[in-house]
Amino acid sequence: MTAQLGKTETPSGPLPAKKSNGKPGRPKSKYNRREALAGYLFISPWIIGFLVFTAGAMIYSLVISFSRYNLATNVATPIGFANYESLFTDPRIGVSLGNTLFYATLAVPLEIAFALVLALLLNKVGTGAGIFRTVFYLPKMTPTVATAAVFFLLLNGNTGAINQGLRFFGIEGPQWLVDPDWVKPSIVIMTLWTVSGTMVIFLAALKNVPRDLYEVASIDGAGPVRQFFSITLPMISSSMFFNVLVLSIAAFQVFDQAYLLFWRDQSNASPEASLFYAVYLFQQAFRQFNFGFAAAMAWLLFVIIMVITLIQARFGNRFVYYEGDR
Amino acid sequence: MSSSISTPITQAQPAAAAAIEPDAVKKLPPKKARSNDDNFHRPRSPITRVILYVLLIGFSALFMYPFLWLLAASLKPKGQVFDNLLIPRTFMPENYVEVWNQLPLLNWMFNSVAIALLAATAVAISSSLVAFGFAYFKFPGRKILFALVIGTMMLPGAVTMIPVYLIWKEIGLLGTWAPLFAANLFGSAFYIFLQRQFFLGLPRELFEAARIDGASYWGLFWRIAMPLSIPSFVIVFLFEFQASWNNLQSALIYLNAGGVEDFTAPLGIAYAMTRYSPTAGGQGDYQYVMVASLIVTLPMLILFAFGQRYFIEGIASQGRKG
Repeated sequence: MTAQLGKTETPSGPLPAKKSNGKPGRPKSKYNRREALAGYLFISPWIIGFLVFTAGAMIYSLVISFSRYNLATNVATPIGFANYESLFTDPRIGVSLGNTLFYATLAVPLEIAFALVLALLLNKVGTGAGIFRTVFYLPKMTPTVATAAVFFLLLNGNTGAINQGLRFFGIEGPQWLVDPDWVKPSIVIMTLWTVSGTMVIFLAALKNVPRDLYEVASIDGAGPVRQFFSITLPMISSSMFFNVLVLSIAAFQVFDQAYLLFWRDQSNASPEASLFYAVYLFQQAFRQFNFGFAAAMAWLLFVIIMVITLIQARFGNRFVYYEGDR
Repeated sequence: MSSSISTPITQAQPAAAAAIEPDAVKKLPPKKARSNDDNFHRPRSPITRVILYVLLIGFSALFMYPFLWLLAASLKPKGQVFDNLLIPRTFMPENYVEVWNQLPLLNWMFNSVAIALLAATAVAISSSLVAFGFAYFKFPGRKILFALVIGTMMLPGAVTMIPVYLIWKEIGLLGTWAPLFAANLFGSAFYIFLQRQFFLGLPRELFEAARIDGASYWGLFWRIAMPLSIPSFVIVFLFEFQASWNNLQSALIYLNAGGVEDFTAPLGIAYAMTRYSPTAGGQGDYQYVMVASLIVTLPMLILFAFGQRYFIEGIASQGRKG
């Protein structure tokens, strides 16, 4: 027993115990068997979940994507690459990908800019910052269904409050939910209303920028604009990178808003323009029960998201300043 | 990425536990040497300050408007819901009584609360267990396995959506609550990451002292790590509660084929939108959709009123993992 206790006092885990790292005379094996076993037991829920719901499901998904799945008999008949070939022949794949890409390119920069402006304002304000932050954050707490139920009416081309407001300034607003050109901006408006999650991440980063940098810069005569581009932006670049990545991935999987505003029932006035990739995938899987084709679609989405991540990681590494890098 | 946390405490007394506890939430952000007080960036000139407040109040109005609009619309009679007036011409507080007869809202709320409680409890406990395994113990493959945990965060849900559906179908649990929470029993990557970061911030001496006093591994987890990690446990719980409350897609997949009274709140509102929507040839009583939307939002606002700092801290910590 005592011998074992002696062992546990040696650095046996990743927790901070740096002081003894260099000590000679460790136990012969790198691992304490009892401890290793306990470790596996603690992580076993995740291992089981991973094997069934992630790894197992991924393999199964791959198999299904090469099959025609019969839901009644639960039999997957191999059909080779047919589902992947359909990805190229089905025109709605191209349409939905185009829509999704268009939405992402519109939404992500606007979300980043808006969130950053809000965070900068909050960072500037002393008194009342907490109240404003709470107000800005409330939309994020609102369930998407409730947001959609309200914006469904606010965006109404004839009676909606948004067009009524525009009319006040003499602008005749578009038919947001009907005109194919304005379908995606509608969803962007809804998304911008709930941008505060991104804002909070920026705000945390802004609060971490050392103030002496600004002091030195002011002494050197740098104005606020110069300070923003030379100090603030580089110092928050890692959270900028994170936000762009997360928002892009989310934009590529946009579903709830599109479903609630357009695909809930048969009344969709612009089925072409509002067909997002995740919506089409959902329809193929759980309305048409084309499991094979839908699985192939899911793998294409997987590849697209991987590519986006890799490009942004490559790109990001060049511009992101990490503290500690010299 | 863990460099931001550790503030090693030198004395190894278990009493140190009590000393860390109170502002343990504040331990999550990096404790780097920085002296940003809240007023540093405040503009000096009064004109800039006026502009700043005008902007902030303007944005606040934009963010609050849909809430006020919703509140007003929920109190209007059928014909006036679309009139965009923030003070109803005719007040119809009866809407708040009638909505319970019009829609099985009570069932939806009950289903959603129960599922959210199950989902949040399951994921908070299982993720803590797994996180402690990764944080405290040393075993072969630990680094690779943890990298796998992080890797699963990148996986789009669509890839596993169909096989997981088939698994639940095979077990015969389609149409039950199980698919909406049971996968949470196995932990979830981001929460495991969050809890592990927190555990890594605890001084290791604490655990070694407890070992010498004869505590089992389970005891280390249950009596030391868990009580100390309550703040991050709460973050995980609240986040998952909100995520579950918001979850439309799973409800669409698993509950849409069943009876209306078995719906969750999001699925129910979506159903009500169609049922009352004037454009879909519905009955047009959209005020009930407004009342129901407001009622479904309320629990989240209450949650936020009590747990605001956890939500903000939880979100901010997401940015820090990058």
